[in-house]
Amino acid sequence: MRLLRYIMLMLLLLPCSGAVAASSHDGGEAQAVDVKKIIFDHVKDSYEWHITTVGDTHVTLPLPIILYSSRTGWVVFSSSVFHHADEYNGFRISRSGNYEGKIVELDAYGNERRPVLDLSLTKTVVSVFIISLLLILIVVGTARWYRNRKPSDEAPRGFVGVMEMVIIMVVEGVIKPNVGSTYKKYVPFLLTVFFMIFLTNLMGLLPIFPGGANVTGNISIALALALCTFVAVNVFGNKEYYKEIFWPDVPVWLKLPVPLMPIIELVGVMVKPFALTIRLFANILAGHTALLAFVSIIFVTMAVNKYIGGAMTAVSVFFTIFMNVLELLVAFIQAFVFTMLSSVFIGLSQPEHHKEKH
Amino acid sequence: MSLLLPDAGLLFWMLLAFGVVFAVLYKYGFPVITSMIDARKKYIDDALKEAKEANERIADIEEQCNGLVEEARQKQMEILREATAAREQIMKEAREKADAETEKIIAEAKREIEQQRTDAMNAVREEAAKVAVAVAEKILRKELAVKDRQQAYIEKLVDEVKDGIKESDSK
Repeated sequence: MRLLRYIMLMLLLLPCSGAVAASSHDGGEAQAVDVKKIIFDHVKDSYEWHITTVGDTHVTLPLPIILYSSRTGWVVFSSSVFHHADEYNGFRISRSGNYEGKIVELDAYGNERRPVLDLSLTKTVVSVFIISLLLILIVVGTARWYRNRKPSDEAPRGFVGVMEMVIIMVVEGVIKPNVGSTYKKYVPFLLTVFFMIFLTNLMGLLPIFPGGANVTGNISIALALALCTFVAVNVFGNKEYYKEIFWPDVPVWLKLPVPLMPIIELVGVMVKPFALTIRLFANILAGHTALLAFVSIIFVTMAVNKYIGGAMTAVSVFFTIFMNVLELLVAFIQAFVFTMLSSVFIGLSQPEHHKEKH
Repeated sequence: MSLLLPDAGLLFWMLLAFGVVFAVLYKYGFPVITSMIDARKKYIDDALKEAKEANERIADIEEQCNGLVEEARQKQMEILREATAAREQIMKEAREKADAETEKIIAEAKREIEQQRTDAMNAVREEAAKVAVAVAEKILRKELAVKDRQQAYIEKLVDEVKDGIKESDSK
């Protein structure tokens, strides 16, 4: 429990440390600062975890690359091989084109192509693993508190109290009103989604390892979460829900011979996960980008003139702190909104009988 | 553009990680917490209800107590009043009895006194009679010591008896 308390404290203190540590992100190349490259290198996934640079030494965490290619079958190797050579076993990291930054191999015509399956444990994947472990520790640790306790015992304080407060807020304020009478079934799922996104967002704001990765700002991660909601909505939707999609209460000529309304409804079903994905991913991506842009002001202006740079550093630090605080808010809001929209979609898949007559 | 293209590997790992996290938390995490929260909420609601009922019961009891006190006070008053009345009664009776006794005693005393007075008078009268007879005897003896005088006295007595007869005849 003490450990969890420290983690929470760290998360709360991060706006203070953010500006300082984030500025260590991009080495000492004061001469030609390519802000776009710095930002894209950060927000994009990578095969190794660049932690910091001390002088000329890059401190990186090499990560395993797992590939399945029609040429070689399953291949597993460390990303550190690319430190010494450009190519390994016919695989290399593309430097330009469609697959920039990704592992590619050459096909028979000498064109770059992706291996059939790329299950590498990239920075984002490892980050997700760390966050998953942390989340399990936090929630199961909280749940452990309740063991050997009766409802008549006094309510928890400290970290467990905070967790309980947040859980009550999400359940009573978001899930219950939006899902409706069958909400109980969905509580664990929606709470998992909420805490997963919230914790990931917070970890993304931590400037150094094991945080700092742009996880929820990655479209694949947001899409995966949205797909989970999609499953929860459509697999557990009731009869009424499917009737409203395929045979809604509209004049028959809207349904036959051209199934106009069913098509529109189906498009609606398919669009929902994308609405969730884009909202989450774009918000977090924008946050990370803005933070890095503010930090980069220091290096850009320093390259121009030392005095302007010195003055702008103050401005930059101020804005970075401001953005960090804002992002702290956004971290919560996006988790909240994702959970709320998921609840709304699930609620729509549970229409009560004879209620929605037009 | 690659920012907007989902990556299959990443998608796979994320779904896997989320699935595992969800499974673990579904088994050991959130239901434990939410059920406990619900149980506590129910407990608090019940406790509140019970407290309210207890308060009402206490109010009832208080009212009953007040009633009892009031009743007791009235009973006390009544008893006091009865006691006062009884005391008055007893005192009155005692006084009456005492008066009657006194009167009786006085009457007795008066009668006794009267009796004694009468007795005394009778005794005096008897004594007086005796003295008178004795005196008369002595006088008579002295008077009748001379023969002439005896004769005169007898004659005088006879006259008197004669006058007495005459007087009674004329009547």
